[in-house]
Amino acid sequence: MNGTELLTAGLFLGVVLVTVAITFWASRQTTGTSNFYAGGRQFSGFQNGMAVSGDYMSAASFLGISGLIALNGYDGFLYSIGFLVAWLVALLLVAELLRNSGRYTMADQLAYRMKQRPVRTAAATSTVVVSIFYLLAQMVGAGALVTLLLGVESEFMKAVVIAGVGLLMIFYVTVGGMKGTTWVQIVKAILLMAGTILITFLVLAKFDFNISELLGAASGNTGKGEAFLQPGLKYGIDMTSKLDFVSLGIALVLGTAGLPHILIRFYTVPTAKAARTSVMWAIGLIGSFYLMTLALGFGAAALLDTGPESKVAKSSGNLASPLLAEAVGGGTGSVGGAVLLALISAVAFATILAVVAGLTLTSASSVAHDLYANVWKKGKVSEKQEVKVAKISAFVIGGVAIALAIPAQKLNIAFLVALAFAVAASANLPSLLYNLFWKRFNTRGATWAIYGGLISCLVLVISSPVVSGKLNADGTNAALLPKTIDFSWFPLDNPGIVSIPLGFFFGWLGTVTSKEVESEAAYDEFEVRALTGAGAEQATPH
Amino acid sequence: MTDEHGVHRSSQHPIYQELHEAPDFAELRQRYRSFVIPWTVAFLAWYLLYVIMSNWAGGFMNTKLVGHINVALVFGLLQFASTFLIAWLYARHMNRHVDPLARKLEARYDAAIKGEGAPR
Repeated sequence: MNGTELLTAGLFLGVVLVTVAITFWASRQTTGTSNFYAGGRQFSGFQNGMAVSGDYMSAASFLGISGLIALNGYDGFLYSIGFLVAWLVALLLVAELLRNSGRYTMADQLAYRMKQRPVRTAAATSTVVVSIFYLLAQMVGAGALVTLLLGVESEFMKAVVIAGVGLLMIFYVTVGGMKGTTWVQIVKAILLMAGTILITFLVLAKFDFNISELLGAASGNTGKGEAFLQPGLKYGIDMTSKLDFVSLGIALVLGTAGLPHILIRFYTVPTAKAARTSVMWAIGLIGSFYLMTLALGFGAAALLDTGPESKVAKSSGNLASPLLAEAVGGGTGSVGGAVLLALISAVAFATILAVVAGLTLTSASSVAHDLYANVWKKGKVSEKQEVKVAKISAFVIGGVAIALAIPAQKLNIAFLVALAFAVAASANLPSLLYNLFWKRFNTRGATWAIYGGLISCLVLVISSPVVSGKLNADGTNAALLPKTIDFSWFPLDNPGIVSIPLGFFFGWLGTVTSKEVESEAAYDEFEVRALTGAGAEQATPH
Repeated sequence: MTDEHGVHRSSQHPIYQELHEAPDFAELRQRYRSFVIPWTVAFLAWYLLYVIMSNWAGGFMNTKLVGHINVALVFGLLQFASTFLIAWLYARHMNRHVDPLARKLEARYDAAIKGEGAPR
């Protein structure tokens, strides 16, 4: 190991030690389901706002978006905008009502007035699918970081690191529960904001804090001219790519409010008002962060080699931010460059660890609380047993994510996360909104909305050029499967434009063809509770 | 929580029906919905306009304003500004016009279940 690698390894180890210490500290109070799933509902709005930001600003945001901007210019900016505007859906329509009507999982608010078993099974299924897509993206980020830092393309080493990340996240979740996970996310949010502010400052300083000059340098250095600063470089080629852009835009703005790992964060605060405060803080933090991704992305385009053979391009843009840190620190071989590269890589590593922990906790909670305790055991289960099952589930889900992440290495992280958003918007958002606002909505509507949205989204992804049949401009394979296999028939990379309306359609169809009256009868009670908080879950006293 | 067959959860307390029929509740729902529905339509339309213009209004979006800063960039930044603004307006509306009613109704609920033990 040389000096840089030693420093990087030291910082990575530091991140791991701090988070492990937090987890042990949190574990002393993690007994019982309310503590394990919801951190005892004792977090303040500000703390949870930080944790929400920590959960949301994933490797996709930090590594993926800046990489997309570095490679595709302005078109990458859509991600930043969509990811932020989406929070208004969560704030206005979902956060507070969900806090009042649910307990631990996304399924709770459906189960409040529907038949327990079918809706919990459906909601748990889509929770696990969305979380696994999202987990994959983070794991791919971990693999990319290691390739950069160790300078080797060894598949074995990548697999070792991915497995290491997987084991750590299982540890956070099983030992620290929601409380430990939340604190890990708070610490990560602070690290990420600090690191991003530092790099943004250094980038802007290089251009005398003149944004126009930065943009000019970016368009000049990439050799793409003004087109680099205009919409359409990636998505403006033909009608198909333009529709792809619209489809992506819709999935981004509607996905956030259907992300299970974001939704369950609203259960960690004592009241609906605190849930509102958390979203306000999250919007402020996330918005500022995404503004800075512009500086990171265009800065990388201006200061790094982003040609087809460059490290940035070969990592699908995922390495743009760490390499930019090296460049603004003084360049390859300089002490400043080495320190900043190590620092930013450690921040990215912390980001990945925190997000995977949140995702694993969400899926494990849903499996234990929805499937095991309520569907299988019909609610007759001790809290201790339920928490034990959640911990076992964390192991299984972690294992699945590790196994799937290894073959997915060549995909851009932001793109993978966009797919998770599309699944969330298609499968979760329709049932969530119908349940909150449509009295007539019932069990069949809920299950059809979830399965209909989920299956149409997955079928379209499998039939898309991403999985088979996509070629790079130079004729090399750009799909997941080998070049010889091509069964794609859906032209778009992003399924949202079709699958989200289908989710809403199936929810409507299922509802109007069902004669169930109980769900409708229970709506009044549900509505009172959702809007006023009367009878909502209380914080666990110390 | 669940009934014997694990189907619907049984209704929790008659007070919920009473609150649902209270004029305060109708007023609360009206105040909530009259804010969130128009604003949701507005910000979604404003966002879609941005997406569509990026695709099909190249001439306008590519207009340079100052140096290398073009309309597309400013339009994107305006999406940030509108998001911050709407979030702030929402919080202000809820704090002023919805929360007081919600607390009042919640207090009625708490009074009704007092002495009976928690309903769940």
